[in-house]
Amino acid sequence: MQHGKYRFIAGFLALPLAIYGVFVISPFVQAIYYSFTDWTGLSPDFEMVGFQNYQRLWDDEVFWKSVGHNVLLLLVLPLVTLGLGLFFAFMLNVGGRRRKNAAIAGVRGSSVYKVVYFFPQVLSIAIVALLFQFAYNPNSGALNSFLQAIGLDSVQPDWLGDPQLALWCVMAVMIWCNVGFYVVLFSAGMSSIPKDFYEAALLDGANRVQTFFRITLPLLWDTVQTGWVYMGIMALDAFAVIQIMTVGPGGPDYSTEVLAYYLYTKAFRDGQAGYATTLGVALLIVTMIFAGIVMKLGRRERLEY
Amino acid sequence: MGSTSEFGRRDLIKRAAAIGLIAVPSMSVLSACASGGDSGDSNQVDKGEKSATNPLAINEGAPLDVVIFDGGFGQQYAKDAEAEYGKAFPGSKVSHSATQKIQSTLQPRFNGGTPPDLIDNSGAEQMDMGTLVGKKQLTDLNALLDAPSVDDPKKKVRDTLRPGVVEMGQFDGRETWILYYAYTVYGVWYSKTNLRKLDAQYPETWDEMLAVCEKAKKKGIAGWTYAGKHPYYLPFSLYPFIAKIGGREVLDKIDNLEPNAWKDPAVKSAFEAYYELYKKGYILKGTPGLTHIESQTAWNEGKALFLPNGSWVENESKKTTPKDFQMAVGAPSSLDKSDKMPFGTIWASGGEPFIVPKNAKNPRGGMELLRIMLSKKSSQNFIKQVSSLTSLNGGTEGLSLPPGLASSQEALTKAGQNVVNPRIQDWYVALQKEKIGVAAIGELMAGRATPDEAIAKIQRFADDTAKDASVKKYRHK
Repeated sequence: MQHGKYRFIAGFLALPLAIYGVFVISPFVQAIYYSFTDWTGLSPDFEMVGFQNYQRLWDDEVFWKSVGHNVLLLLVLPLVTLGLGLFFAFMLNVGGRRRKNAAIAGVRGSSVYKVVYFFPQVLSIAIVALLFQFAYNPNSGALNSFLQAIGLDSVQPDWLGDPQLALWCVMAVMIWCNVGFYVVLFSAGMSSIPKDFYEAALLDGANRVQTFFRITLPLLWDTVQTGWVYMGIMALDAFAVIQIMTVGPGGPDYSTEVLAYYLYTKAFRDGQAGYATTLGVALLIVTMIFAGIVMKLGRRERLEY
Repeated sequence: MGSTSEFGRRDLIKRAAAIGLIAVPSMSVLSACASGGDSGDSNQVDKGEKSATNPLAINEGAPLDVVIFDGGFGQQYAKDAEAEYGKAFPGSKVSHSATQKIQSTLQPRFNGGTPPDLIDNSGAEQMDMGTLVGKKQLTDLNALLDAPSVDDPKKKVRDTLRPGVVEMGQFDGRETWILYYAYTVYGVWYSKTNLRKLDAQYPETWDEMLAVCEKAKKKGIAGWTYAGKHPYYLPFSLYPFIAKIGGREVLDKIDNLEPNAWKDPAVKSAFEAYYELYKKGYILKGTPGLTHIESQTAWNEGKALFLPNGSWVENESKKTTPKDFQMAVGAPSSLDKSDKMPFGTIWASGGEPFIVPKNAKNPRGGMELLRIMLSKKSSQNFIKQVSSLTSLNGGTEGLSLPPGLASSQEALTKAGQNVVNPRIQDWYVALQKEKIGVAAIGELMAGRATPDEAIAKIQRFADDTAKDASVKKYRHK
């Protein structure tokens, strides 16, 4: 029986593998191939140019700037978003005071909060970005109006128009619209942690902080790790928000340029599709490095319950 | 949750998701429009019978495929011209489509060798003209230019156009690849009404300019605003200002990417004058964070007096412009008596570039439609609809023009021969827009770079472009 197993599996896998090969692998290979050409994207003819595109990439100031921004996004976004998500989820599920018979419960009105948190997730990212673009408007936007209303007339930043602030403004929006999703995700994870763990901890006199770090977080680690990967993907992309909010393009003085947007301008504005695919390959490499690091760092013993 | 199998199945899925989700869309988008098809022109329709009504000898029964950029000027004017075409050649079928995403719509068609017959290649997603020409993707329009015009068969189309339009459509040789249909006047836009409220006239010298701004400041009005998020609007008044101070040659050197072209004293004087506007607080607060629409609206609301822009602004800001605004365009003020060019020197050039692809099925039809569009009738229709001039010289007789357009016309008359046309805008888009515009002039006007720093930065950008082998270079003849 055993020797036929692999043939049996392969038989079932043939079709999906073929589809995967055609629609996933072949574009990769093609893109890598194009990165060695001077293809413009506007005409079907091109020539092989060897490593010229890669050399250019190496000397390209804007490329390194956008890599830097992507790395910053990669560090800040998951940390803040997941941190907030965990905190809120904990408060909603186990953070409340003990009442009635339940040993653990969320804060009052937690079900309402959950809906409120999740709301931004329902909105299209285009709408969110547009809304915030208005809020950031230095003349009539909500933020500066608010600052004015509380008497801070002298503090009227240009927000998206200021290279020091623009990227942080974009990050704030990305965090704002993603936290809700993680609140719900982590809530689901937390609700599957057996209640007796918490009861035992409470009997032992653990406070909220201890419960969180000793019980909730370790048992939730898998979910957190998955969340980290997904958030990392958002951070490596960030295309839509940048495209809509910082119409510079790429913000004042390239301050919000990211790889995905740079790739787009090269391919679809400057007629340099060959170079754009090179950027795509670079993006692929950055992604793989990221995935590799997360997997390595995140590996720890699984708890069974 | 329970134990996971020894496979590490979840890891596998996560890893695949991580890699796949980002890499696949970004890369397969590019490969999706991978090349195919040949560049031969064997798929063209047959030539038709040449006659007085059909000087380009188009095939009267062949379909015509037109793609129009649906931007500030809309698409109605093109539809009207297509209707004329349909009337003249009842056997043909015109298919019209309009989009804002010119490049993403048409790129695959160019790659596949099946582009449309006529394209208005305009907007933020314009296809790079230099690349199209360099890769031999366009039809030479000289046949059209040498054809008789619709209104006067004794005149060639070439001779009915505004000066400079044909030259703009040429690159290196004598072929004309592009026909700019609209005619744009760039400069300092203002409201006559708002200036009158301040008891002021349009300032003809820089001292007057500073005086008007000071006056406005005392009343809590800003002197200037601009599209802070797209600072490449600033050159619309800044470049002709440079030419006025130092002569046309300065701009030509800049266009030619000559070494140290930006180190010319005229550039420095112009930058310093504009920087003074910032230093004296004459720029509307928050301007660096505004889009073009937001800055136009603030200007319409009377929060600022002056706005560097092009003549499309009248149509684009129609909804927010007060009835008694009396929009007008001014040429750059004189810096001092040693200016090389007289007051009135202005930037005007063709807009809305129309192209006929080389691999089009019916290129003659595309040219014929352009010929119809350049008739007085279609041209006036365009002027009335979108209040912008066309490349057809004159053609405004008997029309009552809206204030902004009327003032553009006046400015052109006043300028006479002193019209400049910096080509850096269409030759080196990336350099002009994001490098010089956003990363240097934008920083200068936001007060984050001094004129010297901005000039040094721009010179470096220009040198980089000059060295960049992937960018096709052009020169003034």
